[in-house]
Amino acid sequence: MSSIIKSPWVIHYDGSSCNGCDIEVLAALTPRFDVERFGIINTGNPKHADIFLITGSINEQNISIVKNIYEQMPNPKIVIAVGVCAATGGIFRECYNVQGGVGEVIPVDVYVPGCAVRPEAIIDGVVKGLGILQKKQEEWSKQA
Amino acid sequence: MANKTIIPFGPQHPVLPEPIHLDLVVEDEKVVEAIPSIGLIHRGLEKLVEIKDYQEMTFVAERICGICSFIHGMTYCHAIETVMNVTVPPRAQYLRIIWSELSRIHSHLLWLGLMADSLGFESLFMYSWKIRERILDIIEETTGGRVIFGSAKIGGVKHDITNSKLQEIGKRLDDIEKELKPIARVFIDDHSVKHRLVGVGVMPKEDAYAYGAVGPMLRASGIVQDMRKLGYSAYNELNFEPIVETAGDCYARSVVRIRELTSSFDLIRQASVKIPEGAIDVKVTGNPNGEFMARTEQPRGEVVYYVKANGNKFLERLRVRTPTFANIPALVKILQGCDLADVPVIVLTIDPCISCTER
Ligand code: SF4
Repeated sequence: MSSIIKSPWVIHYDGSSCNGCDIEVLAALTPRFDVERFGIINTGNPKHADIFLITGSINEQNISIVKNIYEQMPNPKIVIAVGVCAATGGIFRECYNVQGGVGEVIPVDVYVPGCAVRPEAIIDGVVKGLGILQKKQEEWSKQA
Repeated sequence: MANKTIIPFGPQHPVLPEPIHLDLVVEDEKVVEAIPSIGLIHRGLEKLVEIKDYQEMTFVAERICGICSFIHGMTYCHAIETVMNVTVPPRAQYLRIIWSELSRIHSHLLWLGLMADSLGFESLFMYSWKIRERILDIIEETTGGRVIFGSAKIGGVKHDITNSKLQEIGKRLDDIEKELKPIARVFIDDHSVKHRLVGVGVMPKEDAYAYGAVGPMLRASGIVQDMRKLGYSAYNELNFEPIVETAGDCYARSVVRIRELTSSFDLIRQASVKIPEGAIDVKVTGNPNGEFMARTEQPRGEVVYYVKANGNKFLERLRVRTPTFANIPALVKILQGCDLADVPVIVLTIDPCISCTER
């Protein structure tokens, strides 16, 4: 079952970003960068997704949504935090409604730095994540 | 009477890059009421004025929204400059116009793509975004950033564009405009696109005014209102007319944005001819004291920045009213009575920018 590495599906959720990173996530899907050539497909359904791309930080309102999406994703799965907001809260860290990076609520496997991140960096991050995904996959099948 | 059902729409939804949540009360296939709940990406950045000084806030203002980032930064600077009586050099004013219009073009292209995506027209989505990348190239070459430019500065701008570069950009924009024509034609003439847009989500003129809609949403209903006509930066020295349509449906809103693309290309051309030589910034010292309300036109409509300063380096209050916030009551109104299948299309025609709205 190496298909998961050859064609990982991603789901994207915007925590509380300024959407600079979000449009770069989308830009990575479009012809200039075209991640589909690596078999990476954007899905809207968490149950189909292997990779969770999350931009922006965590706040009171979206904790439950982020957890919910994460829990609905089947194992093995990885989480990629895109942008400094998702890593630490970034420029908004001191805002009263920002609780910090995504790592506070769900385990993050890869951090992609940048404000805004570049699509190349996102692709790099996903490729890095694939190695982790493969390891998780092997452990998973051993257990099964 | 049919049973009423509530269908949740969002916050995580395939057509929405950003989270907004709507509870749709439906009777059979008709939406009878839409109840929005916003605040999912509220950060509370207006309160940052208490810990970041008025110069640092420029960076925060640029990060209110990643799509119209430059115009946010510029409006904030415009407000502070007015409070402090700073005269911005004319060259900087023109550069601001060039970047504002480039932002408008990239934002409208982005929207065209998302719109096509919501119609299920994938190839059109890809085409629009492919062209958008070429605008981003120009932005990147002139400012260094793709979406967050970092060029706005109190007292001017941070980067200059040489005149030879401006000419080269002009040529590239001509090419881009040519490439854009066939795509614009699909939006305007294609039967399947028209089928989804004409007569959907109609907003009559009186309603648009009463619900306080702004930007393309208002202009598509036949009301002439464009903040650029206030003449901030150097818009009063350039020649352009607000784009107005009268039908008020989703199709009219698309047409307004497509025609605005042409007008933005034209404004950049005019600005690169008229741009005077000279400095690009002035040194700003001291602290602001006073209050001002700055209004500018973003791709999505009018944005209002209110600043109040009391003579120390931290502002007393910053308030931002963004275009999508003004358009949400209008959206809720046009969703009443529409078909459930049309909801994504209607939501997208207001060009929602949630991160602006919730700040
Ligand atoms: S990292 Fe920067 S560009 Fe990305 S969401 Fe945060 S503020 Fe916006």
